[in-house]
Amino acid sequence: MDIHEYQAKELLARHGVVIPRGELAYSPEQAVLRARETGGSAWVVKGQVHSGARGKAGGIKFCKDPHEVWNAADTLLGKRLVTHQTGPKGKPIFRLYVEAAARIERELYLGFVLDRQSERIMVIASAEGGTEIEDVAAESIHRVIVEPAVGLQAFQARALAFKLGCGGDEMAQMVQTMLGAYRTFRDLDATMIEINPLVVTEEKAVVALDCKMSFDDNALYRHPDIAELRDRSQEDPREGAALDRGLSYVGLDGTIGCMINGAGLAMATMDMIMLAGGRPANFLDIGGGATPDRVAKAFRLVQADDNVKVILVNIFAGINRCDWVAKGIVEAVGATKLRLPLVVRLAGTNVEEGRRVLAESGLAIVSATTLAEAAEKAVAAAKATETAGTP
Amino acid sequence: MSILLDKNTPVIVQGFTGKIGTFHAQDMIAYGTNVVGGVTPGRGGTKHLDRPVFDSVEDAVAATGATASIVFVPPPYAADAVMEAADAGIGLCVAITDGIPSLDMMNVKRYMWRFPKERRMRLIGPNCAGIITPGQAILGLMPTHIYKRGSVGIVGRSGTLGYEAADQMKALGIGVSTSVGIGGDPINGSSFRDILELFKDDPETEAVVMIGEIGGPQEAEAADYIKAGFGKPVIGYVAGLSAPKGKRMGHAGAIVSSVGESAPEKVELLKAAGVHVAPNPSEIGATVQRALGLH
Repeated sequence: MDIHEYQAKELLARHGVVIPRGELAYSPEQAVLRARETGGSAWVVKGQVHSGARGKAGGIKFCKDPHEVWNAADTLLGKRLVTHQTGPKGKPIFRLYVEAAARIERELYLGFVLDRQSERIMVIASAEGGTEIEDVAAESIHRVIVEPAVGLQAFQARALAFKLGCGGDEMAQMVQTMLGAYRTFRDLDATMIEINPLVVTEEKAVVALDCKMSFDDNALYRHPDIAELRDRSQEDPREGAALDRGLSYVGLDGTIGCMINGAGLAMATMDMIMLAGGRPANFLDIGGGATPDRVAKAFRLVQADDNVKVILVNIFAGINRCDWVAKGIVEAVGATKLRLPLVVRLAGTNVEEGRRVLAESGLAIVSATTLAEAAEKAVAAAKATETAGTP
Repeated sequence: MSILLDKNTPVIVQGFTGKIGTFHAQDMIAYGTNVVGGVTPGRGGTKHLDRPVFDSVEDAVAATGATASIVFVPPPYAADAVMEAADAGIGLCVAITDGIPSLDMMNVKRYMWRFPKERRMRLIGPNCAGIITPGQAILGLMPTHIYKRGSVGIVGRSGTLGYEAADQMKALGIGVSTSVGIGGDPINGSSFRDILELFKDDPETEAVVMIGEIGGPQEAEAADYIKAGFGKPVIGYVAGLSAPKGKRMGHAGAIVSSVGESAPEKVELLKAAGVHVAPNPSEIGATVQRALGLH
C-alpha cells in the first residue's frame, strides 16, 4: 500500500527526521492561509498523488507570493496528474501540501528497500539526488545491507554519510536521518522508503524534502493507523472494489476478462491470450476455494469493466472439484445476468462431471479442454464482437 | 528414490486441529504420508485423527521422532511456528501459509542461520503448494491424482501452474519423481537453485521442469547454476509475459521492480543457460517430451 508524501514525511518526523514546515490544504483559500501560517517568503505547493516524478509532470509549483500560491492551488486541485508511474489516465489531486521553500545547497538521495537477493533491508544512498535513482550512474550509488538482528548501526550510517560528502555537523544530522528512516521502515513494516531529494540547506540543515513510502499489505493487520491512510481516490476503481471483496485483481487495458484460480496459472493464461493475438483486460486470481458466492463476485467485478468483450474462466481444481465449480459458474451466470460470451476451461478433480454440468445448463458457454484452446476461443470471440460492433 | 520426502518420512502437522490443518492432514494420511502427530499449543495430551497432539514441536519430536513438519498456522503466528520447528530440530519444514509479513520472513531466515549447517532446517515456502513424491507421500495440498510416478522433477513458485505442468505430463505418459512448490513470496525458504541441487544428486530424477515467474533474482541465480553444468535436461517456463512493470500479480513476490526481473529477461537467461523453454504454457508437457527425446 502506498501513502501520500505529507503522510510519509509526518511518519519520518515522528522518528526524528527533519522535514520542512508545511500544512495540508483542500482549497486555494486554505492554501494561502497555510502559506501565511507557515511563514517565510517563498513556498512550494505540492499536489498529493501516489506517484514519484511529480515535479516533471507539473504537479509541484514554486511560489513567491500569496497570489501565486492561490493560482497554483487553483490549477492543481481536481487535476489528474499524469507521470510515467501513473499510467496514461493519471491520478487526481484532491489534497495539496503547502511547504516553506528550502534554500537548497545540495540534493542527495536516500532509499531503503527490502532486497530480495540478500533477503535483508538495504540502504541506498547517492550524492546525486533530485533525479530518479535509475538514472544515476552505478559508481555513484552506495549500498549497505542491514543485519536484521541488530539493525542499522551508526558506523554504517557514518560510512554512507562520508561517501555523500557530509562532515562535521552535517554528519551527525545525516546519521540521525538514516537511523530514523530505518526505524520507520522496520517498525511500520514498510517495503520501500525513498527520500529524494534529501537536501543540505544553505543553513547546513539536513532536511527530507520529498518522500515516497510503501507498506507490506500482509503486515497492515498490525498497523491499523497505517491501514487508515489508504486513499481510494488514488486506486484504479476496479482494483479498489476487488480489494474490498477480498479478490486479487489488477486492471489492464485489453478486452478479455479473466477469472482464474492461482496467481501463476492466471499469469500463464494471460500469456496464452497474448500469444493467441488477444489482450487480457485484467489479472484476477479467485483463489483456492471457488465457491459460487466468490465466483459471482468475480463475475460482477470483471463485467463492471466496459472494455470487456469476452470472459475467460480457467480453473484447475485441486482442493475443490470441477462439478462444484461448474455449478458455481452456472449459478453466477444466472445471478449476474451475464450477456457477454463466456469461455470456460476446467481441469483437475472431477473434470468430466464439471463439463457435463456446463453442457446440461443450457447456457451458451463455450467449453475448452486445454489452456491453448481456451485462449484461442476467447480471442476468436473477442474479435467476432469487435467486428460485429463496427458499423 | 526421490528428494526431500518419501513414504517413511515421519511428519507432524503444525496447526493440526484447525479446520485447514485437519482437512489437509486427512488427505495426506489417506495418500500414505507417515503423519505421526501434530502440534496445537494448549491441546497437548489429546488425540486428533487417531494421532497424538502435542503442545510444542519439541514435545512432538521427542515423542515421535518426527523429522518433517507442515505449517497450517495463520499468518500472524506462522513465522513463530517455523522458528519453533527450526529450534526443535526438525529437518524439513513446509510452510503453506499465505500472507506472512516480509519482515517476519526476514527474521525467520536470520534465525535459521543461527544453526550450524548440518542441523539447519530446510524450509520450503511459505505461500506454496508443498511437496509430493507420487505414489509415496504428500506434504502439501496438490490434487494427488494428476501426478504419475516417474523420473522428472518439478520445481515451481505457483501451485496451480505446477498442477497444469504435471497434468500435461501425465497426459503424455510422463511421470514425476518429486514436485516442490517453493512459493510466491518475496522471501522464501528454498530457492530454485536449492531444489535443483537436490535433483542433480537424485539418481531417479532424469530431468527437471522449472516454473518461474516475474519478480526477484532466483530464476537468474538458477540459470547461472545450470549454465555451470547441471548434467540433466531442464525444461523451463516463466509466467508473466503480459505483466506490466510495478504491478503485483497476485503473489506478493510477483512484481517487476528492477532490471532482469521481467519474464522476457528471465526467459533469455534460461535459454542462454541451455534450458528448454516452453514456447507457451500449454506446451510444457510437449517440451518435456522433446527434451527427453521421447517424441
